[in-house]
Amino acid sequence: MSVTAAIPQEVRNAVADLLAEYGMALDQDRLEDWASLFTDDCDYRVISRENEEQNLPNVMIWCDNRAMLLDRIESYRHVNEYNLHWDRHVIGLPRHFGQVDGLWQVEASYSAFQTDLEGATRLFSVGRYRMGLLMVSGIARIRSAVVVADTGLIPTLLATPL
Amino acid sequence: MGFQVDWERSDYSRIPHWLYHDEAVYRLEMERIFRGPLWHYLCLEAEVPNPGDFRTTWVGDTSVVVSRDRGGDLHAWVNRCSHRGATIVRKVQGNATDHVCIYHRWCYSPNGDLTGIPFRRGLKGEGGMPADFSPASVAPSKLRLANFHGVLFGTFAETCESIEDFLGEFGTSMIRRFMHKPIRILGYSRQLIHGNWKLYAENLRDTYHASLLHEFFVTYGVDRATQRGGVKMDARHRHNMNHAYAASDTQEEARAAYAGTAGVELDRMRLRDQKLLQYIPEFEDGMNLAAPTFFPSSIIIQINNTLGTRHIRPKGVDQLEVFQTLFGYEDDTPEMTRHRLVLANLVGPAGLVSMEDGEAIEIAHRTSASAPAGSSSVVEMGGRGPLRDLAHRVTETPIRGFWSYWSELMGVEPEGGVR
Repeated sequence: MSVTAAIPQEVRNAVADLLAEYGMALDQDRLEDWASLFTDDCDYRVISRENEEQNLPNVMIWCDNRAMLLDRIESYRHVNEYNLHWDRHVIGLPRHFGQVDGLWQVEASYSAFQTDLEGATRLFSVGRYRMGLLMVSGIARIRSAVVVADTGLIPTLLATPL
Repeated sequence: MGFQVDWERSDYSRIPHWLYHDEAVYRLEMERIFRGPLWHYLCLEAEVPNPGDFRTTWVGDTSVVVSRDRGGDLHAWVNRCSHRGATIVRKVQGNATDHVCIYHRWCYSPNGDLTGIPFRRGLKGEGGMPADFSPASVAPSKLRLANFHGVLFGTFAETCESIEDFLGEFGTSMIRRFMHKPIRILGYSRQLIHGNWKLYAENLRDTYHASLLHEFFVTYGVDRATQRGGVKMDARHRHNMNHAYAASDTQEEARAAYAGTAGVELDRMRLRDQKLLQYIPEFEDGMNLAAPTFFPSSIIIQINNTLGTRHIRPKGVDQLEVFQTLFGYEDDTPEMTRHRLVLANLVGPAGLVSMEDGEAIEIAHRTSASAPAGSSSVVEMGGRGPLRDLAHRVTETPIRGFWSYWSELMGVEPEGGVR
C-alpha cells in the first residue's frame, strides 16, 4: 500500500478532524457549520448505489456550489416539513487514495440513525462517502463529496443531509 | 366474500378510516383491483431496449418480469417458479437468454415459458417426472401487455377494455405528449412510506394540499394555486390530471390569496442560486406542471423540466414504496441533461417540493389507525355530490372519483353511488 503510506500524517489528522466535525455538525443540528466544511465551488451529491451500479446519473440531492447547500439548509429550516427527529452519524475510518489534481481522495463508510422525539431509533441509511479534499493551511475542506447510499429505499423522506 | 362498507354518503365525501387499516380489505384489493379487469403500469419500454433485456416490477404485491425476447417482442409474466413458488428472477434488471430458478434449476425463456426441468426423464432410467407431465400446463401466469407509445401496461384479466379506452382522452394525449420522441432513462429513486397505498393514491388526486403542504412551491413560485390551471378527470372519474401553466399569475395575486394562511409566507426568502427555479419551455402546450394520474397507482409527472413516472407499490396494508423513474430525451444536449438532474433536487425522497408527502401520509396513517369505529375522513373541498372537472385546483373531487371506481371494482358501491 505505497499510496497509503505516502499520506502525510498532517493530512491524515486533518481528514480525521474533518470527518468527525462532519458527523457531529449534522447530528447537533449545526447545518450551517456543516456547510462551512465545503469550499465555495464544492460539489455535493447524494446518489443511490442502485443508480451508480447501472451507470445512471440520477441524483437525490445535487448542489454544485456552496450557495446551493445554504439554500437547501434554509429551505429545511424555514420551508420544508419533515419527520421530526435527531440524527446520528457513525463514520468509519477513512481510506486514503493519495492526491489527484491537488485533491486528497478519501472514502469512508457511514451509518445514519434517526431517533424520533419519543426516543425510538431506526437505522436510516448506510453507505459510503467519496470525497475530494483540499488542504488549506493545515485544514481539510471538501471540494467534492458523493454520498453513495446503499439504502436507496429512503425510509419516509430525506431532509437533513447525509 | 361478505365484505361491506358502511358508507355514510353516496358521494364519497366521507371515507371510513378503517378502509386504510384492514388486512382483509388489502387482500381483496390485490385480487379485485391489482389482479382485476384494468390496466396497470409496469415500466417504460426504454428500460428494456434490447433482446434479452428484463426488469422486475410489481403489480400490487405480485412480482412481475418484463422482458424482451430474441425477436424483439415484449412479455410480462409472474416471477414465481411453477415448481415451488420461489422467486425466479432475483435481480432488478439485466439481460439474459433465459431465466433459471436457483432452487431446482427450472428454466424459463424470456417470454415466460417453462423450457427446462432438470432430470425430467430421470437418471439412467430411474425417477424423473411422469411421462404425461405437461410443462405448459404449469407455466407462470402471463399478463397481457400493452405498449402505449413506450409506456408499458399489463393486466391479468383475459378480457377488459382496450388500453386506449382505459386511459381515456387526456390519458392517451398526455402519454403521446411525454413520449413524442425517444426518451433516455436518467435513473431511479425509491421511498418507503409507512402508510396504506391508498393514502398516496389520494395524495396524487388532492391538489388542495399541493400549495399548502409543499411550501417550497409557493414560497419560490414554482407552483401556486393562483396560477392558471385545473383538474381534469376521465369520464369514469378514476384518473385525473393536475396541470398548471408557467408564469400565469403575479406575485401580487399570490400574496393576496395566501394572506393570513398560517405557515405560508411569500417574499420571505430568495434562493441564492436561482437555477432550481429555471424553466426551459419544452412543450407546445405551455404547461410547466402536468401530472396525468392513472388508477390505481401510477402517474407521469412534469414539474418544470423534471420528467418522470411514479409507481406506487403496496408493501402490505401499512407500507408503500414510491418508485420513481426519471427520464429526459435522447436528443437532450449535455446542458439540458445537467439541468434536468439539477432540477431532480425538487422531486423524489429528498425533493424540495415533494419530501413532505412522506411525512403527511405517515401521520395520517398513524393516528387514523386508532380512530373509533364509524369515524371517517372529510372530503368536501371542491363540493359534494356529482363529480365535476374544475378550472381551479382548490379541490379534492378526484379523491371522491378514486373511491367511486374503487368501490365499483371492490363490489361495494353504496345505493345511488356517484360515478
